[in-house]
Amino acid sequence: MSSWHFNRRGVAAIYKFEMARFRRTVLQSIVTPVITTSLYFVVFGSAIGSRITTIGGTSYGAFIVPGLIMLMLLTESLSNASFGIYLPKFTGTIYELLSAPVSSLEIVLGQSGAATTKSLVLGGLILGTASLFVPIRILHPGWMIAFLLLTAASFSLFGFVLGIWARSFEQLQFAPMLVVTPLTFLGGAFYSIDMLPRPWRMVTLFNPIVYLISGFRWSFYGKADVSVALSLACVTAFLAVCLGLIAWIFKTGYRLKN
Amino acid sequence: MPAALSISGLTKTYASGLQALKGIDLQIQQGEIFALLGPNGAGKTTLINIVCGLVTPSSGLILAADHDILRDYRAARTLIGLVPQELATDMFETVGATVNYSRQLFGCERNPALIEKLLRDLALWERRRDLIMTLSGGMKRRVMIAKALSHEPQILFLDEPTAGVDVELRREMWSLVRSLRERGVTIILTTHYIEEAEEMADRIGVIHKGALIVVEQKSTLMRKLGRKELTLQLLEPLGAIPDGLRDWPLALSPSGLELQYSFTTADQHTDIAALLKRLDALGIAFKDLNTRQSTLEEIFVGLVREGDRRPA
Repeated sequence: MSSWHFNRRGVAAIYKFEMARFRRTVLQSIVTPVITTSLYFVVFGSAIGSRITTIGGTSYGAFIVPGLIMLMLLTESLSNASFGIYLPKFTGTIYELLSAPVSSLEIVLGQSGAATTKSLVLGGLILGTASLFVPIRILHPGWMIAFLLLTAASFSLFGFVLGIWARSFEQLQFAPMLVVTPLTFLGGAFYSIDMLPRPWRMVTLFNPIVYLISGFRWSFYGKADVSVALSLACVTAFLAVCLGLIAWIFKTGYRLKN
Repeated sequence: MPAALSISGLTKTYASGLQALKGIDLQIQQGEIFALLGPNGAGKTTLINIVCGLVTPSSGLILAADHDILRDYRAARTLIGLVPQELATDMFETVGATVNYSRQLFGCERNPALIEKLLRDLALWERRRDLIMTLSGGMKRRVMIAKALSHEPQILFLDEPTAGVDVELRREMWSLVRSLRERGVTIILTTHYIEEAEEMADRIGVIHKGALIVVEQKSTLMRKLGRKELTLQLLEPLGAIPDGLRDWPLALSPSGLELQYSFTTADQHTDIAALLKRLDALGIAFKDLNTRQSTLEEIFVGLVREGDRRPA
């Protein structure tokens, strides 16, 4: 081994292994989200969107692009990362990861790095697909990439935690289907929270996804529902919580080592 | 030279309260084949899983060639290869890809020549491009061995390596294990086939209810605890054992046609020659005789039963 401090070959092996699974399941991994997004554009952008003029000076079709990307990014990061660690647990091949000279950080880097990459590829594809339907402008491309990267990374880490926690495929589906998707729909993916009546606007502010979508949409159109700094702080805090949870999992061996 | 593996004061109590290991002390020398025997649930797999990093110990110290498996886990794990009991493989990967993955996971650079030799030795080369899901159970077992050997470990754990494989493949695996030992690899195996331990092991440890109840050289174990039995097929039936044979602890079969003399293999004064002379003197003729030595399996069963009688 070249260095005892960092097993770069081990990290690369884990990353490549996960990316190989991504390539094997290309239909499920890429084609499905792209088709789903196109359907959203047809239904919300064209059919319903044609009856809505603009929101904050942006056409409704263009307005929903950041929210749609975020919706896909969150669910796919979560699903890919959780499946990536749950499957070895389920099949028993986790023994090899646990008995190899790789640190917990290196395992997370390889696994979550691959899940993040997949999400970024997907994000790019959805953006490309969206540009076929509506004209898109990105006012702050640097911040757009930063939000994309931070969100993909933090939800990939969250997916890793979920994959460790889950004891069944049902539990694995629980967070993406019953928590993240509803929160994203209610987090302003398809509307501005300014459009809500006052009491509901207050309730919505307790939804953390609001901050992610708002910040991400700001990077496109320069308009946000909540402060950009708050959005950035929110996604960074979530990233820190996930890292803390993972550190605790590896320290205690929670649902990894008996 | 440090021991290949040194275990001291190892205990493991699971969250359920089950005490799986109760203070294991064990030294395994480099290049030896050590067989760990024990009934189901004795603690064999827990012991292996702790050494390999799959289970956290409750207390104790484990050194792999002087490297603490917890504090210096990178150096320790690089020395160790594991073939677990369950057939756990990535079904959608090819044989070649999965073995290369294992090597790189352990931080080693690619070595196509070594992987080719390994796959050829294990009769997997022709199947290197095939998906693992298309292989037979025996071949999957070989893939797992190839994965465990891909980073050239100095200590190889084989947890029930021949479970579910046919006799021919079992013999091939024994041959592979011997060739690894010739290269200096230390091998620790658990098995339910006592014949396997009898055939291959240099030293045997018997674990029962989480405690090592015996660790001995195989030959010593068989000599100390083994029994021999001499059976004489008599020409004429005897009604009872004659007084003239009272010096020997003999047993007469119900038919009166077989005399049996049991003794331990450690016993230096079996005095069989004197017994045969006495039989001749008493005019007791026999048409045949045979001797039988107890197998390791019988010794193992005896040890476990004795362990069961002891208070936990």
